[in-house]
Amino acid sequence: MPTIETFHMPDAGEGLTEADIVTWRVAPGDTVEVNQPLLEIETAKSLVELPCPYDGVVVALLAAEGDTVDVGAPIATFDVDPGGEAPADDAPVAQDAVVAEAVVAEVPVAQAPAAPEPAPASSPAKVAETEGSGAVLVGYGVKAGSAQRRERRDGALDPIGGAEDASEYPVLAKPPVRKLARDLGVDLTTVTPSGPGGLVTREDVEQASQANSARSLATYAADDQPWLESGYSKDGGRSTRVPVRSVRKRTAEAMVKSAFTAPHVTVFHTADVTETMTLVKRLKADREFADVRVTPLLIVAKALLLAVRRHPEINASWDDEAQEIVYKHFVNLGIAASTPRGLLVPNIKDAHRLPLHALAAQLGELTALARENRTPPTSLTGGTISITNVGPLGIDTGTPILNPGESAILAFGAIREQPWVHEGEIKVRWVTQLALSFDHRLVDGELGARVLADVGRVMSDPSQGLVWG
Amino acid sequence: MEAHGPRADEDLVTLLTHTGERVSHPDFDRYAEGVDAEAMRRMWRDMTVVRAFDNEATSLQRQGELGVWVQSLGQEAAQIGSGHALTGNDFVFPSYREHGVALTRGVDMPEILRIFRGLQHGAWDPEAHRFHLYTLVIGAHSLHATGYAMAMDRDGMVGTGDPERDGAVICYFGDGATSQGDVSEAMVFAAVNSAPIVFFVQNNQFAISEPVARQTRAPLAQRGAGFDIPSVRVDGNDVLACHAVTRWALERARSGGGPVLIEAFTYRMGAHTTADDPTRYRTRADEAYWAERDPIARLDAYLTSLGELGEDFRATVAAEAKDLGRRTRETVRGWTSPTSTAMFDHVYAEPHATVEAERAWFERYERTFAAEEVHA
Repeated sequence: MPTIETFHMPDAGEGLTEADIVTWRVAPGDTVEVNQPLLEIETAKSLVELPCPYDGVVVALLAAEGDTVDVGAPIATFDVDPGGEAPADDAPVAQDAVVAEAVVAEVPVAQAPAAPEPAPASSPAKVAETEGSGAVLVGYGVKAGSAQRRERRDGALDPIGGAEDASEYPVLAKPPVRKLARDLGVDLTTVTPSGPGGLVTREDVEQASQANSARSLATYAADDQPWLESGYSKDGGRSTRVPVRSVRKRTAEAMVKSAFTAPHVTVFHTADVTETMTLVKRLKADREFADVRVTPLLIVAKALLLAVRRHPEINASWDDEAQEIVYKHFVNLGIAASTPRGLLVPNIKDAHRLPLHALAAQLGELTALARENRTPPTSLTGGTISITNVGPLGIDTGTPILNPGESAILAFGAIREQPWVHEGEIKVRWVTQLALSFDHRLVDGELGARVLADVGRVMSDPSQGLVWG
Repeated sequence: MEAHGPRADEDLVTLLTHTGERVSHPDFDRYAEGVDAEAMRRMWRDMTVVRAFDNEATSLQRQGELGVWVQSLGQEAAQIGSGHALTGNDFVFPSYREHGVALTRGVDMPEILRIFRGLQHGAWDPEAHRFHLYTLVIGAHSLHATGYAMAMDRDGMVGTGDPERDGAVICYFGDGATSQGDVSEAMVFAAVNSAPIVFFVQNNQFAISEPVARQTRAPLAQRGAGFDIPSVRVDGNDVLACHAVTRWALERARSGGGPVLIEAFTYRMGAHTTADDPTRYRTRADEAYWAERDPIARLDAYLTSLGELGEDFRATVAAEAKDLGRRTRETVRGWTSPTSTAMFDHVYAEPHATVEAERAWFERYERTFAAEEVHA
C-alpha cells in the first residue's frame, strides 16, 4: 500500500506565521531521501533552505513558487512506501476528509461551532497547533486574521481554590490568621476565603467573627433562623443556642472559680479627683510625656502601686493546696480590657519598678496590643493585682470579681463634674467612685479599706505621691 | 570590519596549527603528552558525531519538528577538547550550546532535543551525568556553578590528593555572557572563596549578531586579572590545545588552587539559532576565513599526517554518525506532546496544596474547551 505523508510549512524562525516559497528543488515523481534540499523559502527573517523530511517519492507540490503560505499549511506530499500501489492524486484530499470527519465526530452537535472549514490549502487545525499562543517575532507583527482561539464550551469557571476545591484541600491561611481564628473561636473551614488562591485573610476571619457576635443582632431574622451564624435555632425559633468557645469559655471558668472559691468583699470610696485632672492636663503638655498617652488611668495605676508599697500584704494570693498565703515581692499590674476576643486582663510586669513615664508607655502599649488583638500570651499570666476601668463606659462603679490567683481588684468609675464641698463651699469638682474587691480569706476589711483610702488620697492630692513615693 | 575584533592568533595557546601541524608550547605540552593517537581518534570521533547530530537537529527544525535549534557547528574542538579533560567527579554547568560536552558526559543525545521541541526543560539526570540542565538565561548559571563549586570545597571534595575524591566545576558560557553582571559576580565569589571552578568562555565572536568588539575592548581573558583569576587564551579550534589547557585548569582547581578563566577563541560557523540569519551581519569572506580553520579538518589533517586515521575507522564513525542521525529523527518523531497538566508535576518534590488546587482548576479550564481537533 502506498503510504502518504504530508509536509506542512514549518516555522523556520521563532513565532513566524507565514513564508514565501522561493524555489522548489524537487518535482513530483522525484525519488528523494531524508535531508536532501527540498525547497527554499523566504521568511520575515531570512532565506532558508528546507531539507526533505522523508525517504520516498514526491507525490505532489501543493504550493507554487512565489506563493505566500501560512505556517502549518501543507506544501507537499510524499509516498514513503512507493513499493505499494501507485498513489492517486487525490490522496491528500482523502487525508483531509479524514481530518474533517474526525473533527465533526469529536464536537458535540449542540455546541458545534461553525462547521470545520472544508480544508482548502490551509488546514486551520494545523495552524492552530503550530501557532500555539499566537506568539510572533518581535517587530514583525501578526498577520491580520491569523490569530485563532480554541473553541469554548459554555459554562463559567470558578476561581482557583473556589467552592469546588474547598473540601479537597486543607484551608489555606497564614499562621497569624490561623491563630486569630483560634482566638476568636472562628472555625476556619466555615470562612469564605477572599485572598488569592483561596487564601483566608485576616479580614475574612474578622468578618466571620463579627457575624458571630451579638452586635449583629440589630435585625431579627425569621424565627426559624438563628440570630448568630455560629448558633442554631431551637424551641421553634424562640431562641438561639451558641456553643461556648474560646475566650468566653475561659472567662466563664475563671469567674466561676474566683467567685466561688474566694469570698469577695467590696469597699467603696468617692473621691474628689480635680487635682488628678489638673495633673493629667499638665503632664499632657509636658514635653517629656509627649510620646505617651496620659490619662486618669495612669494616675490611678500609680496610686494603686503606691498603696501596694505601703500595704504589700494586699499583693498576695491564697495557695489552697499548700495552705499558704503567698506574698509577692513584685507587682504585675493587670488592666482589664475589652478586646475583639472578649474580656482579657493583660498585665504590666514589674510595674512597681516603673517610673511614671515608663508606666505610661507600657499602659499605652498594652492598650494598643489589646485593641489590635495582638496581646501576647505572656502578658495574660502572672498578674498579682488588677484594675478594671469601667469609667469610659459611663459607669460609676461595680463589684468586680477577682482575677483568679489575685487578691484585689480596683474598679475605677466615671469621672464627672459634680457639686462637692471644697474648702467649706459647694464647688463644681471632678468626682469619681473607687471600689476595691478583695479576697476576704487573706485580706481583712481594714487592710482593704486602708488600701482603697490610700488610692483615693493620691487621686485627691497627687502630691501625696511625693511623700509615699 | 573593525567591529569584528581580533583574529590574531599571536597570544593564543596553540598546539595544532590550522593546517594540522603540531607546534610546541612551553607550558602546555606536558598536558598534551598523554594524548596518544587513540585518544585523539576518540576526539575526532566525538567531534564528527556531534556535528552529525547538530546537522540532523538543524534539519529537524527546518522540517517543523523542533521549535528552535542552537547549532554547535564550529565549536566542536572547544567542547570536545575540554570535555575529554573531565573526570567523574567534575560537574559541568553548560549554557545551551554545549552538545559536544553533553556527548562526552554520556547524555543520550536525542534527549537534548526535548527542550527544543518544547516538551521538557531538561530530560537527563544532571547528577548521574554530572552535567547540569541547559540554562537559557545568559550567564545565570555562572552563579549556580560557583555556588556548587564552593559546596564541593565544603564537602571535602577538593585538594585531598585522592583522585577518587577530588573534583571541580566547569562552567561554559559565551562571549555575550561576559557582559552580564552575573558572570562578574560569579568571578568575585569564585576568586575570594578560591572555589574549584573553571570558567570556560567559548568566544565565538558573536552575541547573536553583536560582534565581540562591541562588548569588550580587551581580550576577554584579561578580565581574570581584575579578579586575580589566572587566565589563558587558547585557540578554540585546536582540540589538543583546548584539552591541554582545560586539563591544567581542572587539575589546579581540583587540587585546591582556585578558579581559572579560559577564553577559547573560536568561531560560530552556523547561525546563533535557526531563527537567525548571520548573512545580515557578517561577510562571506569572514566565513570563508574561518571555514579554513574548521576544527575537525585540523585534527583530521594531523591524524592523517601521522597515518593514524584509517579508512575503516572513518567508515565506522560515519556509520555511527548516520545511525545517531536516524535514531534522533525517529526518536523525535515518536515523541508525543505531554499533557498540559504535566507542567504541575515537578514544581515541588512533594505534594503541595496550592499546586494541586491550580492543577485541578486548570483541568476544569481545559474541559471548558470544545474537543481538540484530531491531527493527521
